[in-house]
Amino acid sequence: MNNYFKSADSNWFRQRLTGVLLFIVAAFAVLLVRLFYLQVIRGDEYRRLSESNCIRLQYISPQRGLIFDRNGELLVDNRPSFDLSIILKDARPLTQTLEKLSGYINVPVEQFAETITRNKSVPSYKPILLQADVGRDIMAAVQVHQYDLPGVEITVTPCRHYIYEQSAAHLIGYLGEINGEELRSGKFPETRGGDYIGRYGVEKIYESYLHGTGGGRQVEVNVRGQVVNVLKTVDAGQGHEVYLTIDSALQRKAETLLAGRAGAVVAMDPDTGEILAMASSPSFDQNEFVGGISKDQWRSLLSNPDKPLQNKTIQAVYPPASTYKIITAIAGLEEGIIDEHTEFTCYGSYKFGDRRFRCWRKQGHGALAVEEALSQSCDVFFYQLGQRLGVDKLAEYANRCGLGVKTGLHLENEESGLIPTSKWKKRKTGISWQAGETLSVAIGQGYNLVTPMQMAVFMAAVANGGNRPEPILVRRICSVNGDVLLENKPRIVDRLPFSKTTLDLVKKGLWQVVNGKTGTAKIAHLKDIEISGKTGTAQVFSHKSKDDRDDDLSDHLKPHAWFVAYAPSDHPRIAVSVIIEHGEHGASAAGPVARDLIQFYMGEQSAVSGQAS
Amino acid sequence: MFDRRLVQCFDWGLLAITVLIAVFGLVTLYSASASGSQSILKTLYAKQLIWYGIGVAVMVCCFVFNYKLLDPWANVIYLACVGLLVAVLLFGKYVAGSRRWLMLGPISVQPSELIKIAIIIVLARYYSKEVNTTGFTLRELVIPLLLAAVPFLLIVRQPDLGTGLMLILIVGSMTLFIKIEKRSLMYLAGTGLVFVPMVWFFLKGYQKQRILTFLNPDRDPLGAGYHIIQSKIAIGSGMIFGKGFLEGTQNVLSFLPEQHTDFIFSVLAEEWGLFGTVSLLFLFFLLLAKGLSIAYKCRNPFGSILAVGITVMIFWQVLINTGMVMGLMPVVGIPLPFVSYGGSSIITMMIGIGILMNISMRRFVMD
Repeated sequence: MNNYFKSADSNWFRQRLTGVLLFIVAAFAVLLVRLFYLQVIRGDEYRRLSESNCIRLQYISPQRGLIFDRNGELLVDNRPSFDLSIILKDARPLTQTLEKLSGYINVPVEQFAETITRNKSVPSYKPILLQADVGRDIMAAVQVHQYDLPGVEITVTPCRHYIYEQSAAHLIGYLGEINGEELRSGKFPETRGGDYIGRYGVEKIYESYLHGTGGGRQVEVNVRGQVVNVLKTVDAGQGHEVYLTIDSALQRKAETLLAGRAGAVVAMDPDTGEILAMASSPSFDQNEFVGGISKDQWRSLLSNPDKPLQNKTIQAVYPPASTYKIITAIAGLEEGIIDEHTEFTCYGSYKFGDRRFRCWRKQGHGALAVEEALSQSCDVFFYQLGQRLGVDKLAEYANRCGLGVKTGLHLENEESGLIPTSKWKKRKTGISWQAGETLSVAIGQGYNLVTPMQMAVFMAAVANGGNRPEPILVRRICSVNGDVLLENKPRIVDRLPFSKTTLDLVKKGLWQVVNGKTGTAKIAHLKDIEISGKTGTAQVFSHKSKDDRDDDLSDHLKPHAWFVAYAPSDHPRIAVSVIIEHGEHGASAAGPVARDLIQFYMGEQSAVSGQAS
Repeated sequence: MFDRRLVQCFDWGLLAITVLIAVFGLVTLYSASASGSQSILKTLYAKQLIWYGIGVAVMVCCFVFNYKLLDPWANVIYLACVGLLVAVLLFGKYVAGSRRWLMLGPISVQPSELIKIAIIIVLARYYSKEVNTTGFTLRELVIPLLLAAVPFLLIVRQPDLGTGLMLILIVGSMTLFIKIEKRSLMYLAGTGLVFVPMVWFFLKGYQKQRILTFLNPDRDPLGAGYHIIQSKIAIGSGMIFGKGFLEGTQNVLSFLPEQHTDFIFSVLAEEWGLFGTVSLLFLFFLLLAKGLSIAYKCRNPFGSILAVGITVMIFWQVLINTGMVMGLMPVVGIPLPFVSYGGSSIITMMIGIGILMNISMRRFVMD
């Protein structure tokens, strides 16, 4: 019976309503006092401020973070871009001002008018960009006639500059203007319309580190729109600095060696997995993307049959060809099918079923064991070995060696390649695996597809004694004052599936390839540096009749040339994988590239150690 | 069902005040949307008129039936609105990183607005049954607390902290109005003092920024700090009689951010000066006083508390919105009732007015 509403006396309720009313009165009194203060006491002052509309917000673009190579050499920085813009509110009378401007800088007035119409929704006190990155002549002309051009201004914004144009373009990447959808997504909190963000490569992957934070100023301007007083400033924050693992000089060397050809080179520190060079040819000039690439330029990049925009080190897949024989050898030795001394005889071809599988050497190699079979790249030896192993065993070893699986490099769109298994074929085509197909697979032809990066990682693992490293492209990211924000430590992904004896034997074979009397890559031999490696010639199509000769083929049907290597043989410092598209022979086309690259790198290393001692 | 006596008791005063405020709002919105070259805004005025049309229809629906029917249906209404809030989180439309709107064909609804009315109804039901002399004990407050917490959490998830806090203010002031037992009140105040600082850790970065910016406007001269400066210039420059209709330079040049929603009071203040701002505040004050008087005259406890709830809802929104644009409070997105552009806000307010009229018309009818 406590319920108040049920009793006749509702005084209690009324009292509380009075309380509420008093509270509301008090709150409104505060509002009124505040209004009186703003509109009466300080009214004159605010009226003056509003009439000159003098408080404006100016944006300060952030400086994008710098990118360095492993030795601290600057690869990407920012240069000032002088932008011509107009503030409509100040540019009165508008037509007259535009005509004058057009006269001073020789740009048709229609062009300005068009830009202004396109930006109709921009508030009149905000600058509209007429022309970005103008030359010194325009800048000078505008500055000289400033008195005559109210509302026209030249502003300086930082603009990306790739110091070595075309160099490492695929891994460093480029920028593009942010679009509306990305702006709304909230994923780029520090950007605003018109900003550029990373679109490709490291620029894209590490966008959040590189971008920096925008700043701004509250400024007081006079009637002519000139700044008379800076009220408050928030400085822009510079983006963080990215240190790549690549050696810029070696990178450029690799690109020179590839010049004029389509192909890819990967060089890696075998112990750490750090990428020393990563070249893909042909390349493109990232500077063309600064300020927006033209449609024609973009179309020509896209339509080029040599695919300059593709990063061939990780996005292109090729049959591994004879470089795959290393895998077949390892599998044979580990599975106990052969040992060091097991010999097969090559008569120039091998008959399997009703098909004859040719060796690259028509006259045959005679009887040879695994070490020699590797060094001479005898096809018949590996046909027989592969036939005994079977496709699934081979695939197991290839996968554990990192072929047909992504290497985990921190770049977009890495291809995984393909290592076929009988299950895969059944699922893919509905047809069972044919025993004959295993023979092609055993010498790296057929369905096999790998990336140059996978081969480089595999070579690095062979070189370092069997640890398959994760390839690293960025060593660390630091703030401008040197705080380390991210550090990529070397990481082992897997152990290669072989014993020490197998490894030693394979390594001997690879040494023979370059240094043996009958090795297929004698051309890569150097007097003072011992290189170990393996050639490969990847057919682009299969020969219809045995009379087909590669010499008669048109260029785009010529086989791709592989060479994978490491050096020095006894204590490897560098692992390399080279592919030259349609280069024909592994030894003659790819071998010298790897050789020269290794020579250059070792020379550089000894120069450094020479300086140190 | 329709009693002729009810027509005689129709609250013309309340209607007049509402119409006046709405006219104020439309005129100001016209000004705000006529500004600059932003052509989209031009249609806002027309859209707002349509919203008012719908609002009037909704308002009529809200007073033709006997408001006492709301009592048994309170829980259903509440659950339906909570359901809408869940739907927002699941299917809502993303605008600038938050999900606050449900698309129903061509129109978008903001259920966080509707839940304000729903929670007022459900609390009026609970409090009218349970109220007693000594006030509520902590145990009796568990239910209102849960009723408030569920929608609050759903709204904060959107995220829309401003509307969430508005909900807490409504529930808190209704509860305080009804009276809390002294000892329990001390407990609540005590734990509040302990927990409020902890809330800090749950706030998002930008929310913390806003509060810090309010405490020190120089912290964010490019964002809220700049908005407040421009808003203060607009209000102050109106001086006593204003610059005149469509003459506001701050507004015309689009110096004001969100001039048609949260900052519409600044547009009004610039064009109509102290004269205009005081008139509008006076109308709001009349509206609130009217609401309290309806509560006072009502003989039904459910109706009284309902009227108080609607009144405090309007009060807090007016206070926070105007306080914010004058630089008295942090910048939170709270619309000014009947004035700011926005369908959901208009509808919610018109529902509120409809219910107040309903209560007012039936004040002499005993249960």
